[in-house]
Amino acid sequence: MDKGRRQVLKAAGGSAVLALMAAAGLLRPGQAWAEWNKQAFDVRNSLNDAVKALGGTAAPQQSAEIAIKSPDIAENGAVVPFEVTSKIPGTQNIALLVEKNPNILAANFDIPQGTDPWINTRIKMGQTSNVFAVVKAADGKFYYASKEVKVTLGGCGG
Amino acid sequence: MADPMKIRAKMEGDKVDVRILMAHEMETGQRKDAQGKVIPAWFIQNVTATCNGKTVLTAEWGPAVAKNPFLAFKFSGAKAGDKIVVTWTDNHGDKRSDEATIA
Repeated sequence: MDKGRRQVLKAAGGSAVLALMAAAGLLRPGQAWAEWNKQAFDVRNSLNDAVKALGGTAAPQQSAEIAIKSPDIAENGAVVPFEVTSKIPGTQNIALLVEKNPNILAANFDIPQGTDPWINTRIKMGQTSNVFAVVKAADGKFYYASKEVKVTLGGCGG
Repeated sequence: MADPMKIRAKMEGDKVDVRILMAHEMETGQRKDAQGKVIPAWFIQNVTATCNGKTVLTAEWGPAVAKNPFLAFKFSGAKAGDKIVVTWTDNHGDKRSDEATIA
């Protein structure tokens, strides 16, 4: 772990500053975090921007082949279970995005061959929001499904 | 070093059903403490699961993944008795690796 990174983190103390630095060319995306797609996780609220940062060239298409299973109303936004199933052939990637969270992208999963295009995990939601499941197919195209989840108690503030 | 993960891997037909519970704060960097100071973000960024040397799942996470993250997935190409190894790395550079035997 290089030391400069930590100092930068300490000095900046927020992703907004980091984003500014990235914009100014001080920090190239992908430089500070070796394998972590910082660019994608920094996207604020745009599904299309997030897909672009994940490597998409066009806006994702809505697809009925992706199913999101979650509660319609989450009493506690700090722990909202999500189950995503993709029936799109050659699913390579499943990402979970929460539109109204401070940063839209919550998690991104690589699905190697031999692993089911099915993911079950728990994420935080700051408020009632649309949740997107984005799937990258073998042809490089992105597809998505969305579902609104109502949150009674947010899980991001405090 | 963080607390160990709980990993359960079980054969379900010809597929392996894996459930993982990790122990991690997953601090978002959005919350403030009693003095009004922002609590810095601290969260798992990368998760890798391998079985018999083959990667069966990798994940990149943001701080929006819930505290003490739960993750379940299924894969084929392994049998009971094989070992599955799960590793995570957080934004502080901390690492934790645990393994389980497929039942």
